[in-house]
Amino acid sequence: MSKELNLTLKVWRQRNNKAKGQFVTIQANNIADDMSFLEMLDVVNEDLTRKGEDPIYFDHDCREGICGMCSLVINGRPHGPKEGTTTCQLHMRSFHDGQTIVIEPWRAAAFPVLKDLAVDRTAFDRIQQAGGYVNVNTGGVPDANTIPIPKRIADEAFESATCIGCGACVAACKNASAMLFVSAKVSQFALLPQGQTERYERAQAMVDQMDKEGFGSCTNTGACEAECPVGIKLTNIARLNREYLNAKIFRQEDVHS
Amino acid sequence: MSSKSKPVLTSSLGKKLIMSLTGLFLCSFLVVHLIGNLQLFKDDAGYAFNNYAYFMTHFTPIKVVSYLLYASIVIHAVYALILTRQNKAARPVGYYKSSGNENSKWNSRNMGILGTVILVFLVTHMQHFWWQYKFGTTPYVEYQTELATGNRQIIASDDLPSDYTGYKIYVNNGVEIVQSKDLYKQVAYIFQNPFIVLLYIVAMAALAFHLIHGFQSAFQTLGFNHRRYIGLVRGIGIWVFGIIIPIAFATMPLYFYFKSL
Ligand code: SF4
Ligand code: FES
Repeated sequence: MSKELNLTLKVWRQRNNKAKGQFVTIQANNIADDMSFLEMLDVVNEDLTRKGEDPIYFDHDCREGICGMCSLVINGRPHGPKEGTTTCQLHMRSFHDGQTIVIEPWRAAAFPVLKDLAVDRTAFDRIQQAGGYVNVNTGGVPDANTIPIPKRIADEAFESATCIGCGACVAACKNASAMLFVSAKVSQFALLPQGQTERYERAQAMVDQMDKEGFGSCTNTGACEAECPVGIKLTNIARLNREYLNAKIFRQEDVHS
Repeated sequence: MSSKSKPVLTSSLGKKLIMSLTGLFLCSFLVVHLIGNLQLFKDDAGYAFNNYAYFMTHFTPIKVVSYLLYASIVIHAVYALILTRQNKAARPVGYYKSSGNENSKWNSRNMGILGTVILVFLVTHMQHFWWQYKFGTTPYVEYQTELATGNRQIIASDDLPSDYTGYKIYVNNGVEIVQSKDLYKQVAYIFQNPFIVLLYIVAMAALAFHLIHGFQSAFQTLGFNHRRYIGLVRGIGIWVFGIIIPIAFATMPLYFYFKSL
């Protein structure tokens, strides 16, 4: 049986990138507790539209935890109070009747607010474009398993590759650092044979771009790991540090021409 | 992919490398400082400690290391300031409601505050002992030890005698004579003041929390997380640098305070 909740939302409203935003209190009544958080916002938006008001602008796409589009800092926690979930996977049963819910956008200089709760995360795209790929000459499809990779390594690379680029790590970090994201993207290639050719250039190029975008630096608080919806681990950050310092101090100057 | 050959220290990771290396160097100093200072607990009227203090301030290799140490403190603090400013700028608008303790430890988020407490402490600490020993007024002591029997006579005064020209150690008729500034007594004098004792204890608490996070964090920054040994690093960070060393240091002011009552 589903219960119904009446909630008070304190929502960040901001007309556009330039405008000054503020919190607006909105009542959300008769919310079924088996709705997802985004469905709750849909209901609120229908209500606002009916009243002729501007609906709350927020990001979403797949609504099943795989695309990384949904965001929102809910009561001080990126993606809300539950561990290992995105906002689209968060259900209203995690809240209680009469609760006040504060909803804010990701806060980072590198993620400027576009409107209301949606932020511009193209900084992540630019970091990816700086080195988060492998160059391969295409041709015939190679046979599967022609390149042997130990299972342990393949698994670890796969775990790193599960990063959905949502930006919760940046939102959670007191320094708005993107290290968890960048480290996941560097790790997935550093571990695999296909990533070796550009291994050290990649670490440098992606870190350079990360700094350029204005993300903070990592102070190893671990908040990112705690808030990451897919469980990307801090060990990735140690690997990124290792890749980068190794590249800068030893590998890069190895080539003398 | 373009690989630009920018110097390592221009990047955020390069600056953290500096934090990590200076921090670990300062940790290594703590160990040496603690072991040396254990001589304060010897019941020999400061004989061992005063000789050790002279050695530490006049032996050239140690002097070189001590200048590296002062430099490390300054560099560690300056880079912390640079990084903190960058990190603050990375989030110009803060959260209305922030979760803090739900996803990270208090000390890991407040290394700057803890570090500032330690820095303030260091300045007063240097003033109490290093400055007084080098340039200020310290008490004077002369130890006359009969080498055959080990019997020791102590001639002490609160001021340096007018003909004092510096530390001397020599043997005369089977009696070893040491003339020295009495840093041991200076320690005893300073720790008669309960407020200073309190300051030292607060500073050691700050040091403990700083190092519980800082020691293992320095290794993470260096990229060290060997599956087998990272547990050892974390253990050393918490038990040795976070608990044993700060408590051992904190017992020194307490020891002298209660001795003076
Ligand atoms: S590391 Fe985790 S929190 Fe950060 S972008 Fe990737 S999935 Fe999101
Ligand atoms: S909408 Fe795709 S992960 Fe939430």
